Parts: sequence; C-alpha cells; structure tokens
Amino acid sequence: MNDIPARDEPRRGAGRRAAAEGGDGRIGRGGRRPATRLAWYGGTLAALLLWALAHASLPGLAEALVALLPVERASPAGEAIWFFLYDTPKVLLLLTLVVFAMGVVRSFVAPDRVRALLAGRREGVGNLMAAGLGTLTPFCSCSAIPLFVGFVSAGVPLGVTFSFLIAAPMVNEVALGLLVGLVGWKVALAYLLLGLTVAVAAGWVIGRLGLEGQLVDWVRELRTQPVCVAEETADGPARIRAGLEAVREIVGRVWYWIVAGIAVGAAIHGWVPAELMARITGAEAWWSVPLAVVIGVPMYANAAGIIPVVEALLAKGAALGTVLAFTMSVIALSPPEMLILRRVLKPPLIATFAGVVAVGILLVGLLFNLIAG
Amino acid sequence: MKKVGVFGPGCKRCQATAELIAERARALGVAVEVTKVTDYAAIARAGVVATPGVAVDGRLVHAGGLPQASAVDAWLAG
Repeated sequence: MNDIPARDEPRRGAGRRAAAEGGDGRIGRGGRRPATRLAWYGGTLAALLLWALAHASLPGLAEALVALLPVERASPAGEAIWFFLYDTPKVLLLLTLVVFAMGVVRSFVAPDRVRALLAGRREGVGNLMAAGLGTLTPFCSCSAIPLFVGFVSAGVPLGVTFSFLIAAPMVNEVALGLLVGLVGWKVALAYLLLGLTVAVAAGWVIGRLGLEGQLVDWVRELRTQPVCVAEETADGPARIRAGLEAVREIVGRVWYWIVAGIAVGAAIHGWVPAELMARITGAEAWWSVPLAVVIGVPMYANAAGIIPVVEALLAKGAALGTVLAFTMSVIALSPPEMLILRRVLKPPLIATFAGVVAVGILLVGLLFNLIAG
Repeated sequence: MKKVGVFGPGCKRCQATAELIAERARALGVAVEVTKVTDYAAIARAGVVATPGVAVDGRLVHAGGLPQASAVDAWLAG
C-alpha cells in the first residue's frame, strides 16, 4: 500500500491553499486539483490490484519455500513451517486490507456526531444504534473515559452508553480482519453478529437495572451539551489518507503480536493431537464454554495475538461456540479496562458490567454450540 | 495571541498534538498559548468525546486522533 503516488506534496499544497483562502479550517472540496484527485484514485486502484496479485501467489510461494528446507513436508515440523510461512503474509495482507477499508469508513463517523445521534434516544433502538455505531467509531482506550462521561452527561442513557462501550473494543477491525484472514468470512460474520448481540443485550440489561446512582458523583452531576466539532470536511483523497493512516498506525502496532500468535498456532498445528483438543473443547463438553469465559476474562491479550491461536484450536476440532466465547471474553473484558473505568463507575456497577457481559458471552457460546453442534 | 486548548488525559497522542501545534505556530510565526487540559470533568464540559480534542479561542475544532499539520496551519491562520 506504499505505492500511492504523490502522497505528501499535494496535501501540503492543499493545506496552504486552504489557509490562504481565508483558512476556515476546511480542507478538501475544491481545494484539490482534479489531476491530483485522479492520481489518488488511480493509485488506490493500482495498490488494490497489486494486493490481489500478492494474495493469489502466496500458497505457491510457501510451498516453494518449504521445499527448499531440509524437512519432510508431511512431518509435524514441515506442517508447522508451511503453516507459518503461508499464514503470516496472508494474514498481514488481509489485515491491511480490512484496516484500510475500516479507516475509510470511519472517516464518515465521528464520536461527537454519534453522541448527537444518541442523546435522549430511547432504550431498545438506542442500544441497537449504539452497538452498531460502536463498531464503526474510531475508539482508543485512552478515549474511553472522556467518551463515557461525554455520552452520559449529554443525556445518552446509561444502558445505551454501555452498548457502545462494549461493542467498540470487542467488534473491531483487527479482530474481524484476522478472522476473515484465518478462519474465513462466515466465522467473522458470526463473530460480528454475536458480538453486536452481546453488546445490545448487555447494555439493555444494564439500563433496566437502573444503576445511575452507581456513577461516581461528579459524573452523575455533570450536565453538558452535545457539541459537535467544527471539523474540516473531508473529500475522497482525505478519506483514502485516513485509511492509510489507520494501516500505518494499527498494522504497525499489532504485526509482531500476529507473528507471535501465528508461531504459537503453527506449533499447535504441527504437534498437538487433534483428538485431544476435540475432547477438551468440543461441542459435547458443555462445560467448555464456561471454562473458556473464566479463562478468557482475566486474560489480557489483544485480538492480534489471540486469533491466530484460536484458528489453530478450531482446526484441531475445538467447537466454534467455545472458541468465539473465548475470543470475546479475552477482547471485551480485561482487568486494565476495569481499572480505568473505576474512575467513573463505582465498584458495584463495574461488577455488574463485567458480570452481565460475561453471562451474555456465555449464553452466546452455549447457544452457538447447540445450534452448530 | 491565540489561545489553544488541548484536551486529553495525557496520553501519547495528546502530547504529540500539543507539540505539533506549538511547532506549527513557531514555523508560521503565530503567537500561541497552548494549554493542556487533563481534568476529565473539564474535558467533558468542553464537549470533547474523543481525545485529543483541540479548541482554538474557545471553539472546538478537532476531536480524536492526531490532527493533520495542514489542519493545524488552517486553525492558526484563521
């Protein structure tokens, strides 16, 4: 994705022009020459074609590389090495594509507009909207508190805020990109839908419980207006840039986790006997789902490290519901997040939040095993 | 003198945003006073939901992520 032509120059030029033309903070529309615009779109298209070419040539390349090594292709070591050599570039490619697409989509959704949409919204519809928007809104963990306080103080109902706060980290582009890359789009879709279900249902339940009194006092008393940012309007090239920026920032941050995760996954592929895994985590063992949640909640790993391992477990016969429940509980609930939330929530509300989400994940996992098994 | 507020709990990107604004102001020769607002209640009162947020002379112009240098130049020039 690095071959986008003329990536810095036209932008700086556009910025200077915007500044010269009265500088009202607007870049984009009309600020860019048509030729530059075409170069951006053409460059993106070329990059996508290159991407498809690279993706198509991966299996052959991995075979060729393993053939060069002094190991038997059918041996455990050969199996593990092939898996590693094939999966690492494949996953990184797919992740890059998904993160880029998500970056472009996210340039249309800003948290302040989401808040304006959700303020005063009734529960039910509000929970549904909040969970959906949560997956699309740019969100980082250091924004969690400002976002929570900003939502609640501007009149977004508590349960609706929680739906957003549960969906945002759980259903993210890294998790979805890796699931598409490693396990296929059907499982990714199942994860997306089940994650949204948990976010909607858990938020709704928390809202029903009437726990507004369990907010820290200054948060409960604070009233703010849902102000919107006088943000610069973005044009096509600016959105493509947002996608590239997301790739640089996110893929740059998680790639070594992915490599480590795939190495562990490769070891599982090569050496762990399939029948053992099926016995521990198969659909017949009903207790495997609660066990997966209990192990997953205190675990603090990001999607990047956990999903390659999960893929290997699946390949060895683990039940999908169990594996999805495990993935969700690792990503959605973590001790550091609870600690951060302690600044705005009283302990009973944190415990309720964790409990309701964990039960939701548990039910989703059990139900999925029941239907799919 | 422009008054610029950078809203955020002090994460890495908030630091980078404050530094970027100071640096662009130096480059453009604009006099600015950059204030970092780290108090969560004050951040919420300013209307910031995604950090870092930036307000120029009391008007919120940015929220969430490191701003583009060109955007910073436009705020400082406006």
